[in-house]
This record gives sequence, C-alpha cells and structure tokens, in this order.
Amino acid sequence: MSVTNWNAAPSPPFDDTGFGGWRHRFSVWRRVFSTALSERLVYRGDFALGTLMRFLPIVTQIFLWWAVFDAISDQPVAPDASGEESGGVAAEAEIGEFSFPDIVAYYLLTMIARAFSSMPGLASGIALQIREGEIKRYLIQPIDLIGFLLLNRIAHKIAYYVIAFLPFALVFYLCRDYFEGGFPPTHQFIAFLGSLVMGFLIGFFLEAAIGMIGFWFLEVSSLLFLYMLFSFFLSGHMFPLTLLPGPVETVVQFLPLKYLAYFPAAVFLGKVPDEELPTEMLIQAAWLTFFIIVCRIAYARGVARYSGFGG
Amino acid sequence: MPAAWLVTAVLGADLMSVWHRAEVSTDEPKGNQWRRYLRVFRTFAANSLVRDMTFRANFVIESLSSLGWTAMNVGFYLIIFQYTNSIGEDTGWDQERFFLFLATTWFINSIVQAFFMPNAQEFSELIRTGGLDFALLKPIDTQFLISFRRVSWSSLANFFAGIVIATIALWRLATREVDPHVPTVLSAALYVLFCGCGVAIMYSLMISLSATSIWLGRNQTLYNFWFYITNFSRYPMEIYNRGWGVPLYGFFTFVVPVLVVVNVPARLLAKPIDPRTSEEWMLIGWALLATAMSVWASRQVFRRALVSYRSASS
Repeated sequence: MSVTNWNAAPSPPFDDTGFGGWRHRFSVWRRVFSTALSERLVYRGDFALGTLMRFLPIVTQIFLWWAVFDAISDQPVAPDASGEESGGVAAEAEIGEFSFPDIVAYYLLTMIARAFSSMPGLASGIALQIREGEIKRYLIQPIDLIGFLLLNRIAHKIAYYVIAFLPFALVFYLCRDYFEGGFPPTHQFIAFLGSLVMGFLIGFFLEAAIGMIGFWFLEVSSLLFLYMLFSFFLSGHMFPLTLLPGPVETVVQFLPLKYLAYFPAAVFLGKVPDEELPTEMLIQAAWLTFFIIVCRIAYARGVARYSGFGG
Repeated sequence: MPAAWLVTAVLGADLMSVWHRAEVSTDEPKGNQWRRYLRVFRTFAANSLVRDMTFRANFVIESLSSLGWTAMNVGFYLIIFQYTNSIGEDTGWDQERFFLFLATTWFINSIVQAFFMPNAQEFSELIRTGGLDFALLKPIDTQFLISFRRVSWSSLANFFAGIVIATIALWRLATREVDPHVPTVLSAALYVLFCGCGVAIMYSLMISLSATSIWLGRNQTLYNFWFYITNFSRYPMEIYNRGWGVPLYGFFTFVVPVLVVVNVPARLLAKPIDPRTSEEWMLIGWALLATAMSVWASRQVFRRALVSYRSASS
C-alpha cells in the first residue's frame, strides 16, 4: 500500500487559513518546541564540559600558526613589498589578509558560526526515519516533517546556547587580546548576527535535503561523511578561505558552504568591505531560498516515491 | 549492522571457545602460548577481512573517504608552505621534513585506527550492554580479546597514503639542492622501532580511556577527549615550548606522553642522527621508558576496571 495519497492534500481538517487555524498551529509549534527544549536541558553537565573541550583543537591551531607566523616574520621581506611601509614599524606579517591575532580570532569566531550552522544527526536522522519507515508518521499526522524538525532544531540550539554561553564567554574573555580590531561597528555586528541566523537556516535546509536522498538510496552515511569532509575544508572551518590560491579561492567563494563558517567570521573581523556587505548578505539570502526550495521539492518528490508497508 | 556484527562476533567467539577448550591446558610452555595468541589474532583478522569484504562497496567508500581526508590535510599544509619555509623559527621543520612528520602521524594513526579503535568502541558498548560477560568467560586474556577482536581493514588505506607521502618527501629531501638528507639504515631501523612505541602509547591511552566507561557507564565525552588529546601529537613539539604552552608541553611529554609518539620517530628519520644534543638523546630514552610505563599503567587500569565490573542486568 502506498501512503502517498495521505499527503496529497496537506490540509488538516480544521480551517487552515483563518485565525483559529493559526492559533492552533502556534500552539502545536509551542508544544513541540518546549518538549524539545526540556529534553535537551537534561544533559546540561555533559554539554558544558563537551563545549569547553571543543576548544582544545584550537589550542593546537594557535600554536601551529604562532610558529608559522614566527617563521614568516623571520624571512627576508619579499622584494615587491614597498620598503617604506614594511621597513619602519615592526610590520605585522599577514597572509591572505590575516595577521596572527586575526587568525586566532577567526578560529574562535568559526566556533560560533559552527555552533549555529552545524546540524549533528539531522541528515542521518532523516535517512534513518525513511529507512525504518518512521516517516509514515508525518504522512498521516497533520504535522509537517520539515517544520517539526526545524522547531526541534531551534529548541536544541537555544538549549545549547544557554548552556554553552559560559564556556564561550570564558574562552573569548581569555582570548580578548586577539581581537585587535575590538568590537565591530554596529552595522557589521548586525550583519554578523544576520549571517549567523541565515547560516543556521542554510545548514538546516542543506542537511535536510541531503537526508532526503535517503528516499532514493537507503544508505546515505558514506555520502554524508563525504559532505562533512568537503564542508570542513570548504566552509573555512579548517583555515580562512582567503589563504587558498587565487583561482581556487574564487570558485570556493561562489559555493554556499562558506556561509557555514567563513562568512560570519569574516564579517565580524571586518574582512568583508562595507560596500560589498549588502550584496553578500543578499547572495546568502538567495542561497537560503534556494535550499529551502530544494529541500521542499526533494521531500515532495521523495514522498511521492515512498511506499510504506505494515504498521 | 551492529546487530549483525554482534551475532557473528558471538557465534565466532563461541566456536573459538569450543576449540580452545579442546586444546587449552594449564601447563602449556610459553612459546605455545605466544603461538596460540598469534593464531587467535590471525583468525580475528581473517574474520574481519571476510566481514569487510561482504560489504565491498562500503569498504571502497570508507577507504576513499579516508583518502579524501588525507588529501585535505596535505592540501592544508601545502597552503601553509606557500607562505612559510618552515613550521616555527629555526626548528628545521621545512616542507620536506614536515611532510615526513605528517607521514609518520599517518602511519601511527592508521595502525591505531585499524587495530584498536573499533575494539575500544566495541568495549564501551560491551560494558553498557553486559556483553562483557561473554568475553570474561573465554579462556584467553580478556584484555587481548577485547583489544584485538576486530580489524578495520579500510583504515589501512591511510597507511598506504602515508607511504606515498613519505616516499615523495624522502625523495625530495634527498635530491634537493639546499641541505639534502638521506636517512641511514640505523635511523630507518630506529624509526620503525619508535613508530611501534608510538602505537603502543596510543593504544595504552585508548584502552585506559575506554576502560573508564566501566565506572562511568557511558563516556562519549571521553572519546572526544581522546581525539582532542591526540590532536596535540600532530605537530612538532617545539611549537608548544613557549609562552603559556610550556605547561602543556610538559604535561603532554611527561604525564600523558602523546607528544613523543610522533615526534621521536619523525625526528629520527627526518634529521641527521649524528649531531644531536644530549637532551635529544634523553628524549629518545624517555620515549622508550614512557612506552613501557604506559603499557604497564594501561594494564593496571584495565584490571582495576574489570574488578569493578558488575555486569548489566538483563
């Protein structure tokens, strides 16, 4: 038996458009949200400890770059560098427009960006639900799978930020000297917040779309691993994307993965020029729209293909 | 998948125990004992290979994705060396030498991941589910059984990646114009020995951490901890020896000796053996001592943990 027709008209039995429908919908959303929130807060101790530990790899990165920048400033100045500027004051070595403190600040900021955009278990969870047939639930009950997952994810993230705030604040306070530019101007900070929120949504819809591949191939874990590899490298989580050689950087800057880590950090550090900022934000919003549509289409197509058997 | 694996493991192990019961005798000479363990390990390895080959596409994809990870790391360091000549001032870790260092990391990590990682993960699971009962009943050393049950053959793909990196790095190091270097036979032999020591230290650390799950029930965080700690071993140790890194340097050299794991063998291969300070020789000696102490300590931790094991109620 195919359960496709259950979903053919996703209209619940109550008036969906009127005020009552929306109130009902909100109360469902609120319930889903608060359940997920309290579920998450159960493991707060483990959480806080885990968050602190997640900064440990940055420690090794700091020492690596410290050593690298030492070696660079020790090297003879390249002949084309203009003598007057680099000769006088102990000019801070820069690579790809990043000085050593910038790089450390960058790694710390990508931690924030990843705290928004990373979606552990989302794609694999969707694929698992498809494989095990649990997805039937969403086809029968008047609740939308993507909306349900999104609410869950928001609740998880909020619970995470509440608990992770102290560890993050501690680390950022200890490392405050690396932020040489100080706190960014208001418009940059607003753009930073906006890019974080959009980064979260891009991460969500991108990974959800990958999970939907489970409608076509039952096993997506290896595919997912591949995606994680690429996103680690190309999102700028591993190093600032401006360090890439010219042509490669141009290509990578066109990809949406940079919004998961590189872009918010670059905005905060003022590496995106003010005049380009609005355009960049618009491109990010366009990518977000694109992934929402892809995710919706994949879900609709997938459900049309899906057959559920048994109970 | 895990369920299927458990079935084969239990069935396989049960068959094995029947076989042991037939041949075990208490007054076996030492040599036979060794041979018996070797034979059991060979059976484990063969079983794992059969299992891996059952899901061949999965095997290929796993190998490819670990090679992808290698490629990304190589790319990252190539990018770094676009901007600098060496990692750190006057440390001598120039591009060729550092890539030898990287290859060493890859050798040691791939061996640990192939032989010990799946077992350590399985161990925590056995404790949580009570499956450890079966392991305790087997007429063979429990730590041996727990540590060598599975071999993840696909992880050895990185070993081959390491060979490729090392070959290229050695070739370039030997043929370059400035300060070329060809390792001697002695340094190659010492390299192999100390890579073995490195594996032993990593193994001890891993088995101790997973044994603690007997006390803690479940320790996902500890696993992450393992990754984060071993992260320190991936770079030349000189880079930590400054500023606020000195306590870290001391801690990870002398208390949890992960810094000697890669550093000692890599240095033996990448730098001339002859002009060495006495400090460097002391570090090499310390690596030997640390290996012995780590293995011994992990054995103690493992035994202690087993004493506290209360089985899971079924």
